[in-house]
Amino acid sequence: MRIGFAKVCARGTAMTSNTATMTGSLAGPSIWSRMMAGQTGPVCVVLIALFVLWYVGAVFMNAPTQIDKYNRADQTWTTSQLIEDTLAQERPILPAPHQVAQEMYKTIFATKITSKRSLVYHSWVTLSSTLLGFGIGTILGIVLAVGIVHVMTLEKSLMPWVISSQTIPILAIAPMIIVVLGAIGIKGVVPKAVISTYLCFFPVTISMVKGLRSPQVIQLDLMRTYNASKWQTFWQLRLPSAMPYLFASLKVAIAISLVGAIVGELPTGAQAGLGARLLAGSYYGQTIQIWSALLTAAFVAAMMVVIVGWFERRVLARMGVKS
Amino acid sequence: MTLKQVVNNVAEMPASKDAVVDIKNLSLTFQTADGPVYALSDVDLTINEGDFVSFIGPSGCGKTTLLRVIADLEKPTGGDISINGVSPEQARENRAYGYVFQAPALLPWRSIERNVTLPLEIMEISKEERIKRAHDALKLVELNGFEKKFPWQLSGGMQQRASIARALSFDADLLLMDEPFGALDEIVRDHLNEQLLKLWARTNKTVAFVTHSIPEAVYLSTKIVVMSPRPGRIIDVIETDFPRDRSLDIRETPEFLEIAHRVREGLRAGHSNDE
Repeated sequence: MRIGFAKVCARGTAMTSNTATMTGSLAGPSIWSRMMAGQTGPVCVVLIALFVLWYVGAVFMNAPTQIDKYNRADQTWTTSQLIEDTLAQERPILPAPHQVAQEMYKTIFATKITSKRSLVYHSWVTLSSTLLGFGIGTILGIVLAVGIVHVMTLEKSLMPWVISSQTIPILAIAPMIIVVLGAIGIKGVVPKAVISTYLCFFPVTISMVKGLRSPQVIQLDLMRTYNASKWQTFWQLRLPSAMPYLFASLKVAIAISLVGAIVGELPTGAQAGLGARLLAGSYYGQTIQIWSALLTAAFVAAMMVVIVGWFERRVLARMGVKS
Repeated sequence: MTLKQVVNNVAEMPASKDAVVDIKNLSLTFQTADGPVYALSDVDLTINEGDFVSFIGPSGCGKTTLLRVIADLEKPTGGDISINGVSPEQARENRAYGYVFQAPALLPWRSIERNVTLPLEIMEISKEERIKRAHDALKLVELNGFEKKFPWQLSGGMQQRASIARALSFDADLLLMDEPFGALDEIVRDHLNEQLLKLWARTNKTVAFVTHSIPEAVYLSTKIVVMSPRPGRIIDVIETDFPRDRSLDIRETPEFLEIAHRVREGLRAGHSNDE
């Protein structure tokens, strides 16, 4: 896809320069249609639209407080001045993109990562419990699925619990987990990881049950004709069949694992982590800080999904999937 | 068949000393929500060592079910069946047969070679031996050179050949084939039939072969079992005496046409019962 786009571009520029010298005008497909042929064009358009909306929104949402301020100071103002000031408030209702970008630059690149003001430091705190929770949740999810697929009674007894576990709002159960584990002396990264685990085992279990059951009847019959044991059928047939299902669920699991870790940082006013940054920001009305923590969390989640996707491609390529 | 089993058979069933499959009065009824379905009824059949037996009949006549009963993939509800003198279940546990399904059923994440070695892996045969046997089996179906390819890189006919190689890899004496070439076009089918016959002539295996093509049945078989539906039963058993190394040309001979005619008559008779 990307290569295709590059080719189109290369061909396009060559053609443009030729025709430009000959006729002095553009011939062939326009730059616009060439850009829209690949992924880059549409993505850029959406991004630009988002930024425009964001700026317009920032101006309109911050205008009332700004006008209030002018009035109290008995100051006369012009529209252009109003726009300029609404985009540069210290505690705006909606900060402008460039304010968030500045804050992110300051807290990610310009601050030492050991500092408590560094977003890298806070991201790592959150990420470590995310990864721990994700690891435990994935193993738990797979183990549950294997049990459910192989033992009839487990399916009947366990499946309703697995499903109802997710109907409880995580915001309600998270503080209790933190408090209960804290009371028995477990603090720090583990309680947050437990919340991540609680959220992320679910998609893994559901997908793996489906995946482990995905072999066709004919394939199961085949294993039967070889007199294969349950264990052999599992390793040679069920598990490989379930791999695409597993990876699809891992992408969901890693993202909600991060959500779980952040939620775990909210109660008890955790001192560190992206969740703590969000909470502190909202205590002190630091909207810019909130937004930069949010965007950082989104970026971290996206990166982890990309990494899982990379593993998926490698594993499936080794399994001979047509690319 | 091993000597020991032959001796056992002689001791137990003097009437059919070469019987690989011995079926007496077999019936199978499926209980469904719409009432019982009589898949097989009163089936009597003996398949001797080295036979190539075809089962032919319209869909729903129980020919696949009969093959699945022999393979212990279905349990009969009445009658007796023995494979090499033991129950189908024991025969399956002894890995007494190779089964070729309607579809290749290759595992897409395994190369052709590793698909062929799958049963050997399950039977815990050493790696060198596995590779050697896979090589031999692939050679038998003329697929040598495709060991490292994945199933999707092969045509439908080649995939089915790979699945036959897989069934041959552990060298069972009995080969059960359920319409293996049903999904292939005429030309590929003729070619594979020829190959199958050569293979059968070379290895002296016993083959049970389900089909719904009359020429295929007549061309391949030493014994043709004509079946009819509702309830699935045998209405005719035709023995042929073509040489083992027959060529496709025999399809033009009067004997061939005569047998094909008899099969067709049998099928028609089975159908008229139905109406």
